[in-house]
Amino acid sequence: MSELQDLYQQVILDHNQRPRNFHALEGHAVRAEGHNPLCGDRLTLWVDREGGRLADVGFVGTGCAISKASASMMTEAVKGKSETEAQTLFDLFHGLVTGEQPVDADDPRLGKLVVFAGVRDYPVRVKCATLAWHTLRAALAGAQTVSTE
Amino acid sequence: MNGQPDVTRDPAAAPAAPPIDARLTVRTAAAAAELDVPAVREDFPILRQTVRDGKPLAYLDNAATAQKPRAVIDAISRYYTQTNANVHRGLHELSERATAAYEGARATVRRTLGAAEDREILFVRGTTEGINLVAQAWARPRLKPGDEILITAMEHHSDIVPWQIVCGQTGAELRVVPITDGGELDLAALDRLLGPKTRLLALAHVSNALGTLNPVKRIVELAHAKKVPVLLDGAQAVPHLPVDVRAIGCDFYAFSGHKAYGPTGIGALYGRAELLEAMDPWQGGGDMIASVSFEKTTWNRLPWKFEAGTPDIAGAVGLAAALDYVASLGWAPIEAYETALLAEATEMVAAVPGVRILAREAPRVSVISFTMEGVHPHDIGTIVDLQGVAIRAGHHCAQPLMDRFGVPATARASLSFYNTREEIEALVQGLHQVNEVFGR
Repeated sequence: MSELQDLYQQVILDHNQRPRNFHALEGHAVRAEGHNPLCGDRLTLWVDREGGRLADVGFVGTGCAISKASASMMTEAVKGKSETEAQTLFDLFHGLVTGEQPVDADDPRLGKLVVFAGVRDYPVRVKCATLAWHTLRAALAGAQTVSTE
Repeated sequence: MNGQPDVTRDPAAAPAAPPIDARLTVRTAAAAAELDVPAVREDFPILRQTVRDGKPLAYLDNAATAQKPRAVIDAISRYYTQTNANVHRGLHELSERATAAYEGARATVRRTLGAAEDREILFVRGTTEGINLVAQAWARPRLKPGDEILITAMEHHSDIVPWQIVCGQTGAELRVVPITDGGELDLAALDRLLGPKTRLLALAHVSNALGTLNPVKRIVELAHAKKVPVLLDGAQAVPHLPVDVRAIGCDFYAFSGHKAYGPTGIGALYGRAELLEAMDPWQGGGDMIASVSFEKTTWNRLPWKFEAGTPDIAGAVGLAAALDYVASLGWAPIEAYETALLAEATEMVAAVPGVRILAREAPRVSVISFTMEGVHPHDIGTIVDLQGVAIRAGHHCAQPLMDRFGVPATARASLSFYNTREEIEALVQGLHQVNEVFGR
């Protein structure tokens, strides 16, 4: 049962059951779609930027507990952060769940996101955990394209 | 290579073998006995292992691919140890033996499918390639704008996408037979959709995502009454049922070796000789030609016309060993055991709180496709995996079917004759753990 608890930590189960920021954003928020064709997970992410910060972030979608909790906790983690800080968090989180780059799990910037460390032991679930983060990056990149027009 | 067709196995010269009789003899002999499952499990070395820190492996993902009996592993090993040579060309003894083994494998497939002639059996990589062959070599030159290809809402992507491609190439249209809420084909709708523009009906014999066994004989009658040829995707049927293409009456039948206890990378396409004769090759190369000059090349005879290049000889040998192995167990005991196990497993899984089984009341083969309230199938898959239970979770390459049932995915347990009640119990225990983890 212990591997199970490592993966499905209480925080993850809680965010799966009651996802935070689980709604669309109105107005001039940029939006991106994330899709994991392997499992059929889909999410739509909205980012409202003000003065180089992620003033508000929201999402809706369907997916497994890992992907839904990851999206929920990501919105909490990046809300109010600068784009650079969000990118740093992306890198830290990516390193944490893929194990590709060594990441200090005690890095204070990760905060609660450290509960996803157990995902590293389940290669097929890594994509579930990173879907929202890739979608965030797409949303920010798409917004840049829009701003240069 | 000299392009000379193999003469050692000229199907025209071969005496008419009594395939049906031979199979009946095997079946009758075995029918008396019940399947000795512990002994059968001994034949599959891979099943003996533990996974995830010492849990006995419960392999319930047979619809994805089946495990291989020792007989298959040994046949492949023996082929490479003693026989390996290229086929249809060498003048030496090894080539003769390799050719005999390869063409002997074709005869085994022909007997297994109940086809009349060896030349109606084409070796391909698997079901997917078989369907693509028909789409490109049979349908593409014959389809015109406005023509229709009819498939069903329970098809695997491999019986959807090749038709979409050929429709794009020809201007033909893809039509889809709906299914009922119970997961069965709507036969009245099928009959209505078979129209004057329908050029082909392609459907699964057994659905990979639901397990539904389609009434293919009746369906072929409906289609033939309107002069529409029928292709059957037999990927999930050949491992679990005796198939007789002549009794069914279908025009094409494709299956994969690896789901039928054979190796990956080999499968077969049956086509009625008359249709195959009228088709041009779909790939060019060695072995598929009778003579080549820069002015004019003539095609080899069936079946080699459709087998360009050196084939997967060891794969064919392994496939034949798999089909022989299954035949040696006998279809009657296999079907009796698998039917009973599926019924029992269905009851056991359905009794877990929150479980909903798709197509539960439909006639099914091997598959239990289910969801659990409030839990994504991927989480189910991961949690039971930690108990050593291997199932599939996802859309099963049947996204339109998932949409039809309003689910993003399902969890799928798929059984074989080597599975046991204990393994189903391990699955059920895992499902209870899913409820525990998710506080249900």
